[in-house]
Amino acid sequence: MLGQLILRRLGLGVVTLFVVSLIVFAGTEILPGDVAQAVLGQGATAETLAAYRAEMNLDRPAYERYFEWLIGLVTGDLGNSLATQRPVSDIIAPRLPKTLMLGGFAALISVPLAVGLGLYAAMRPGGWFDRSITTGSIAIVSAPEFLVATVLVLAFAIQLNILPSIARISPGDSFGDVLVALTLPVITLTAAVLAPMMRMTRSAILNVLSHPSIEMAILKGVPRSTIILKHALPNAIAPIINVIAVNLAYIIGGVLVVETIFSYSGVAKLMVDGVASRDIPVVQACAMFFCAIYVLFNLMADVVSILANPRLRHRK
Amino acid sequence: MTDVTAAPPVQKFQLPELGFLGWMSVAILVFWTFVCLFAPWLAPYPESEIIASGSAPPGNGMALGADYLGRDLLSRLIYGARLTLGLALAATVFAFVFGVVLGFVAGISGGKVDDVMSRINDAFVSFPSIMLALILVSAFGSTLWLLVTTIGFIEATRVYRIARSLAQNIMVMDFVEVSRARGESIWWILRHDILPNSFVPLSTDFGLRFTYSILLLSSLSFLGLGVQPPFADWGSMVKENMSALNYVLFYGLSAALGPVLPAICIFTVTLANNLLVDWNLSRSQKDISGELIG
Repeated sequence: MLGQLILRRLGLGVVTLFVVSLIVFAGTEILPGDVAQAVLGQGATAETLAAYRAEMNLDRPAYERYFEWLIGLVTGDLGNSLATQRPVSDIIAPRLPKTLMLGGFAALISVPLAVGLGLYAAMRPGGWFDRSITTGSIAIVSAPEFLVATVLVLAFAIQLNILPSIARISPGDSFGDVLVALTLPVITLTAAVLAPMMRMTRSAILNVLSHPSIEMAILKGVPRSTIILKHALPNAIAPIINVIAVNLAYIIGGVLVVETIFSYSGVAKLMVDGVASRDIPVVQACAMFFCAIYVLFNLMADVVSILANPRLRHRK
Repeated sequence: MTDVTAAPPVQKFQLPELGFLGWMSVAILVFWTFVCLFAPWLAPYPESEIIASGSAPPGNGMALGADYLGRDLLSRLIYGARLTLGLALAATVFAFVFGVVLGFVAGISGGKVDDVMSRINDAFVSFPSIMLALILVSAFGSTLWLLVTTIGFIEATRVYRIARSLAQNIMVMDFVEVSRARGESIWWILRHDILPNSFVPLSTDFGLRFTYSILLLSSLSFLGLGVQPPFADWGSMVKENMSALNYVLFYGLSAALGPVLPAICIFTVTLANNLLVDWNLSRSQKDISGELIG
């Protein structure tokens, strides 16, 4: 029963990815005017355009190209970059760990911090800590990532000159070097996801606190901190994990801006450059990478809520 | 006919108790509206005229100094307000027209129509919004109208969900059943039952969407994929002046005005907006709990 439900969610995830791949392909290949023209420029002659189309298989019907692309995607053959002619998989492979590391560090710091602060705020709703966190988080949510990044660079890289403003890491770097290079990007990313995650944790806890069983515990004289940690937290785990998954998906949006600001050679920077130069195979591969992570996080949130909440297992 | 059977009455207008932060937010939004409307009269110089050397410090008739090319920073900020806020507002209106109409259609009709529309919408919601924006921009390019349509479309998929669930929830209320039993048309129910009762949540969402549109547009422009030179919204101003940060050591902090000020302008608008949305949310929650308790 439970396994079946989870299997069905996994199946749904695969279907979502399939639909996503359709939209990515349609968005990047069928709709745009003329890829060959965009790549070769206005000066291209009719012959070079035709030759280019034949070489890139652009003269074949869209659905044939889609299925070929999809099969290539599943088997790891992502085609050649239009700009450099190198295989896209070769370009992306060294960048993957960099982006995953950046996002991973940001998640490692922001998740415990957000849950902890949210819990603490929920202990005394309306208290000074709760109010300053609530107002403060509105301010942080309102700030675009590049404002946070610019101010950080100005303060720590230029005025104090203690951290680099460009995050460059090379294969031989020690762990300490990597940490120093990544400090400012990780702080920026953390700031972007911390506030919403914290507020949603707080409201998830407060939501559970309005339950009659909690009222019972209060009437029994159980201290508030015990109520929150022993009674409310277990019941709030599903919504909190949901919040975490949703916000980790936000990191994807933040990564695009952060990698650009700090000239970090990850997948997001590759995608932004690819969009600018209309290097379609690269954009497609990067988009599928980010969307797969996004779908995966949402899937995880679903599965965990099923596991944590017995009521969801027996839907009417 | 008296309205024993009609929907709950909409509250009468009275001057809201906003508090200090609330009035500050209103003042900020009024200020930027004024700047947008009268930009050509307020800006001391034309938007793209080079009048000084690159990153020149404040002085010589330039209150905030020059940008990286030597154009008056203040004038560019003023014209940038027009582009940022104008485009974001247009996108939000676009999102609401399409999102609310389609969401109401799906929510009211239910059944197959709702299923098909919602599944299609789900496909677009399964993208992070900036990712969808990048795909659409790489497909269509980024003229001003395409930007409005792209951002409007992305936000519309989010508005659709809210409008649909509002319509669904209201359609099963007792007063709608009474209206139906009385033989009112769907059009009548839409105007007298659904619209008044979804107005407050939708207006709150409008504020949120406006903020998201500003941030999405600014991020796109910052990545160099939004508003294209010689025009500049605030996001692209941050991008183009970024290199001026390197001059801070030689010229002092005023060199940082170029990249920092446009970002702060964005921040003032989004902050004011979010504070008002938050105030609106807490007020409507109070209304609900007030009804429940007393």
